[in-house]
Amino acid sequence: MTPTTLFDKIWDAHVVHQVERGPNVLYIDKHFIHEVTSPVAFLGLDKRNLKVSRPEKTIATPDHNVPTIDQHLPIKDQLSRNQVDQLTKNCEKHNIQLCGLNHPWHGIVHVIGPELGITQPGMTIVCGDSHTSTHGAFGAVAFGIGTSEVEMVLASQCILQPKPKKMRITVDGKLKKGVASKDIILYIISKIGTAGGTGHFIEYAGSAIRELSMEGRMTICNMSIESGARGGLIAPDETTFTYIEGREMAPKGEMWDKKLAYWKTLKSDEGAVFDKEYTFDASDIEPMITFGTNPGMGLKISQPIPDPQNLPPNSRQTFEKSLNYMGFKPGDKMIGKEVDYVFVGSCTNGRIEDLREVANFVKGKKKADNITAWIVPGSRQVEEQARKEGITNILEGAGFQLRQPGCSACLAMNDDKIPAGKYAVSTSNRNFEGRQGPGARTLLASPLVAAAVAIKGKIVDPRENF
Amino acid sequence: MPIDKFKTLQSTAVPMPIENVDTDQIIPARFLKAIERKDFDKNLFRDWRYDKNDQPKPDFVLNDSTYSGKILVAGENFGSGSSREHAAWALYDYGFRVIVSSFFADIFKNNALNNGLLPVQISAEFLEKLFIAIQKDPGTLIEVNLETEKIILLANGDNESFEINPYKKECLIKGYDDIDYLLSLKDKIQEFEQNLM
Repeated sequence: MTPTTLFDKIWDAHVVHQVERGPNVLYIDKHFIHEVTSPVAFLGLDKRNLKVSRPEKTIATPDHNVPTIDQHLPIKDQLSRNQVDQLTKNCEKHNIQLCGLNHPWHGIVHVIGPELGITQPGMTIVCGDSHTSTHGAFGAVAFGIGTSEVEMVLASQCILQPKPKKMRITVDGKLKKGVASKDIILYIISKIGTAGGTGHFIEYAGSAIRELSMEGRMTICNMSIESGARGGLIAPDETTFTYIEGREMAPKGEMWDKKLAYWKTLKSDEGAVFDKEYTFDASDIEPMITFGTNPGMGLKISQPIPDPQNLPPNSRQTFEKSLNYMGFKPGDKMIGKEVDYVFVGSCTNGRIEDLREVANFVKGKKKADNITAWIVPGSRQVEEQARKEGITNILEGAGFQLRQPGCSACLAMNDDKIPAGKYAVSTSNRNFEGRQGPGARTLLASPLVAAAVAIKGKIVDPRENF
Repeated sequence: MPIDKFKTLQSTAVPMPIENVDTDQIIPARFLKAIERKDFDKNLFRDWRYDKNDQPKPDFVLNDSTYSGKILVAGENFGSGSSREHAAWALYDYGFRVIVSSFFADIFKNNALNNGLLPVQISAEFLEKLFIAIQKDPGTLIEVNLETEKIILLANGDNESFEINPYKKECLIKGYDDIDYLLSLKDKIQEFEQNLM
């Protein structure tokens, strides 16, 4: 038999039909929806007088719009409230499970899927959100889709999709102290660029990836889209199985045994061919930070901003526009730059391990006076766990504002916005112009870097000076 | 809902030689709160197009009356980032029917095609030619012919072929819609479900 990649095994097992000279009709095992990208899809169903084909395979949560304080009160912003209410109505009408505000399972869609055991190896998973790639950490083919495609899934449990090419990124070796999974992915994107993965599905492999926890793996897969990739996945192993076992929606009893036997077959065969391969040395990775307005504009925190002199004219112009927006110059050192906000949260780094990492660092310290520090758990369960472990007290003691679950300042769609011109070190995934608020300047980094910046009030290498 | 048919288009073009235009620029998240597809074009390129007092920024190309047309010619890697289909809706409802670039992000490309907005991917060299031609003469007419898969500078006949998936091409030319197609496969899908573990 021809050696096959993990991606091919999962994808091919879900092809219902191959359109002649066209896309695949791909069956979807799990469909997550949220309030922003689903309403027009439901309207489409109504116009055609259609029901949701398999309501039990869709699960909903409002996350983008929700305020992160006073969640027990009605949402003040009328448009946001309207969108969240519409999601509730659509779920009621179509019999879809909703983890609404104040539900014990509420949270960011890509945080609750894994923590509830909904996300499982071998599945096809989609959501009208580009960070759906997060679920690939479990060895699932998971990717973001548009609203027309959300409607396709609601109507038929399938989507039409051209099959992407395959890429493998291997990270071998041992990570240095103070280097986290966020640094790995920022490093990878700084090397291959924001379009380096376009048209491809990435499999992350190598000893440095294997040694990561499930949450670390989720951070890596989450940002696959920032390299342009359709998605990213990691072969499931004991770490994966241990994480899933016992969770609310995980298979139980005989079904668990059956599934587990199947999951253990899910890996790329020896000799499987990828369209593109990259290999990186884990020991070359340092704590990373971005300096520009796309996630590919990242560097080792100790390095200066590069000079765009040798870029082609349009690229140079784009680079200069970006630095101009950020208020930086080529050659500037990142270390020592003053910062105004620190945001820890999002589907990239809003999980319990991220909160633990920050708490561990700031314990017994105080944030700098010039810093506003927000820490936003990815879900109610993360929030509860943090309280139980005493993390909440530590963070509040250090001057962090602990907020309620939601996408928060990652995308400035709710009340949490970074003011124009201010600098925010953020554990989220995008540093696009205005992403965290009109005129806001975002520097992406790991939770550890964010914690160190909060304490010092300026960009600092978390491995030094403490 | 069937999409508008597309066969061929002749139009002037709007040049935007910026690379990596992400969907947060095309339409920022704070303008995605509607529950129906309405008025997204008003906030197309919002923060590039208007200042903080909602006044048009004169140096932004959409506010420059020199340029107009149904074709947007943009720098490499157009449509990266968020999967928001609102980006495709905003561009379409503003009046664009074709986006030309040397590279498109995957999700944006799918979203555009699903709305009858044609993404035309060409070489970096031809893209540069288009930018130069439009800058020299903003009245430059460009033809995008979906049937022959060609983009042509009408003034001198300079042209390049572009690729499009044959299935999507047929959908665009005939105005077909994917949902109708998927619904026609109902039996096949049910048969597939029988064999699911």
